[in-house]
Amino acid sequence: MSAGVVQTPGEVVANRRVGAYHHLTVTAPGLAELAHPGQFAAFAVGGETSATLLRRCFSIHRVRPTGTYGGTLDVVVAAHGPGTQWLTGLRTHDAVDVVGPLGRPFPLPADPVPCVLVGGGYGSAPLFWLAEALRERGCPVEIVLGAASEDRLFGVVEARRSADRVHVTTDDGSAGTRGRVTAVLGEVLERTGAAVAYACGPMAMLRAVTEVASAHGAVAQVAVEESMACGVGVCMTCVMPVTGNDGVTRMVRSCVEGPVFRGDRVRWDAFADGICRVPDDAVGAPRAGGH
Amino acid sequence: MVDMSTTLAGTVLPNPVMTASGCAANGKELNRFFPVTDLGAFVTKTVMLDPRSGRPTPRMAETSSGMLNSIGLQGPGIDAFVEHDLAWLAERGARVLVSVAGNTAEEFGEVVQRLVASPAFSCVVGVEANISCPNVANRGLVFACDPVSSEQVVRIVRTRVPEGVPVVAKLTPDVTDIVAVAEAAVRAGADGLTMINTLLGIVIDTDLLRPQLAGVTGGLSGPAVRPVAVRAVWQVVAAMREGRLPTAPVIGVGGVRTGRDALELVAAGAAAVQVGTATFNDPSAPRRVLAELEAEVARHGVDRFADLVGIAHDRMVRP
Ligand SMILES: Cc1cc2nc3c(=O)[nH]c(=O)nc-3n(C[C@H](O)[C@H](O)[C@H](O)COP(=O)(O)OP(=O)(O)OC[C@H]3O[C@@H](n4cnc5c(N)ncnc54)[C@H](O)[C@@H]3O)c2cc1C
Ligand SMILES: Cc1cc2nc3c(=O)[nH]c(=O)nc-3n(C[C@H](O)[C@H](O)[C@H](O)COP(=O)(O)O)c2cc1C
Ligand code: FES
Repeated sequence: MSAGVVQTPGEVVANRRVGAYHHLTVTAPGLAELAHPGQFAAFAVGGETSATLLRRCFSIHRVRPTGTYGGTLDVVVAAHGPGTQWLTGLRTHDAVDVVGPLGRPFPLPADPVPCVLVGGGYGSAPLFWLAEALRERGCPVEIVLGAASEDRLFGVVEARRSADRVHVTTDDGSAGTRGRVTAVLGEVLERTGAAVAYACGPMAMLRAVTEVASAHGAVAQVAVEESMACGVGVCMTCVMPVTGNDGVTRMVRSCVEGPVFRGDRVRWDAFADGICRVPDDAVGAPRAGGH
Repeated sequence: MVDMSTTLAGTVLPNPVMTASGCAANGKELNRFFPVTDLGAFVTKTVMLDPRSGRPTPRMAETSSGMLNSIGLQGPGIDAFVEHDLAWLAERGARVLVSVAGNTAEEFGEVVQRLVASPAFSCVVGVEANISCPNVANRGLVFACDPVSSEQVVRIVRTRVPEGVPVVAKLTPDVTDIVAVAEAAVRAGADGLTMINTLLGIVIDTDLLRPQLAGVTGGLSGPAVRPVAVRAVWQVVAAMREGRLPTAPVIGVGGVRTGRDALELVAAGAAAVQVGTATFNDPSAPRRVLAELEAEVARHGVDRFADLVGIAHDRMVRP
């Protein structure tokens, strides 16, 4: 668990529409210095007396330690339910309480090995910052961006700035190659000889990326998105089955032990029909006749 | 300066604000936001004998001013708990109210025995028996729904916890007569009562047209349940004041988000207050509620927090 975290009454500096998403910049003094790519921030929604109590979590897209507004934080928000609609409706100078950085960041390789970064929809938000950190270490970086349609791609221009090469896929073929990210991923991994595939996006995509990466001898590092009530490790709602170094599967909190996990350690077999079951071999799994 | 201290069955706490079991993990996480030693007591996540994985996910559904959860008492088991979590709290100098549960009354006793034997037990200011969990020996019926089962658990826990360390029983509001269960617990030796645990509920996902929680039912908590908590505290304290059951301190919990919310429970008779779900909204909530409650006590012009405990019973206008 990374120790440094701040809770701050942020102020909206900018809220721009980008395709199907909103790019939000808020003041968050002290957060930038602590944050690393792959970590997330938890936003309170609806104001101080809101009846919507639970925090909404977003990958940190970018941070700036200093500037006109002091430290700031950028996130990319897809309007989905009431909480994200409230956030995307914020105007400059509106107040929003932010907690972050939270969770474990993407681990960076010790050597300058080639890396491939895969983002699905807004899942690309944390990747450009990661790409820059990797390139600073001398890692060649290629990015694969996928989405249902062109308006749901995020950051294609930014990707071109932060990576050596960018590949785009859309399900409907409105931009780039028609199909899923996995339609091009195998070829990219093969050609680059990538040692690591970093991915952020829907769970089904993370699972597919893990499979393709494993088949090509690359390690998948995936940032998951589980339903979270607190984001800070106190409620146990965000758990998922992950196998540890000792080979034992436990239901671990994705907000503190994740959101980044080694893809081959996630028990994908437990996820089906929108539910994640507790594998029978997990520590403390229910036994016959009750718990 | 207001005297915020409170006394729970002989144990004096510097202030009446606590975390609520299962809403604060075991201290390390919240200690990043405020020193957990600032609180009157830190209440740990209910611990059972063996490690437990808990329920499948989704485990939560947001509701108006609240949420449903079906965590399923996930935890590391008592041995790992005392070695890692309790030891950490003891090192910090926290005052700890340890929440325990068992699948059977005997298992409660086993958990408590291991707790008491631990070197970190010195930081324990009380044991909270979470009897709002299913009794495997009684077709899974929640202990606290049945006065006889409640009594059995409290009796076993009380005999295994050393004299001078209070045992409090945590009750569910999902009963016809909470006073009857409170009475059974107090007569079996409970030194205090915590009220309330969550209320059973179901949320239907209107896109999938099926229950949103993988476990189907979950416990409702948050500001939405506060009037139920105030009512439960009120009824039990009123019965004590009328002499219908022995007097014992009550810890109020349910929907506290602000110092004013806490004051409602206090005025209804709670000598201490726990902050649960509000912590998910604001990780500093327990500490903030303490500061706000202190301001509320001062606003009412009294010097001692204790003077406000149960005051609404005296001020009530009898029609
Ligand atoms: C680590 C992490 C990073 C994320 N990054 C981004 C991002 O960069 N951009 C973005 O648009 N979204 C991101 N999400 C998803 C985002 O948190 C949800 O879309 C949002 O919480 C939904 O809130 P709502 O009020 O619109 O929906 P509602 O359905 O009303 O939300 C109800 C409750 O369920 C939770 N919830 C619902 N859907 C999700 C979900 N998909 N993931 C997690 N919790 C959910 C909410 O937090 C809330 O507590 C991320 C989620 C996690 C866990
Ligand atoms: C996610 C969650 C987990 C909980 N876990 C426990 C638990 O392990 N033991 C327990 O006695 N109560 C548990 N509770 C109940 C709370 O301690 C508290 O009694 C209840 O939520 C009402 O208070 P609140 O409205 O302030 O949350 C849990 C509540 C929530 C929301
Ligand atoms: S979201 Fe609460 S523990 Fe992870």
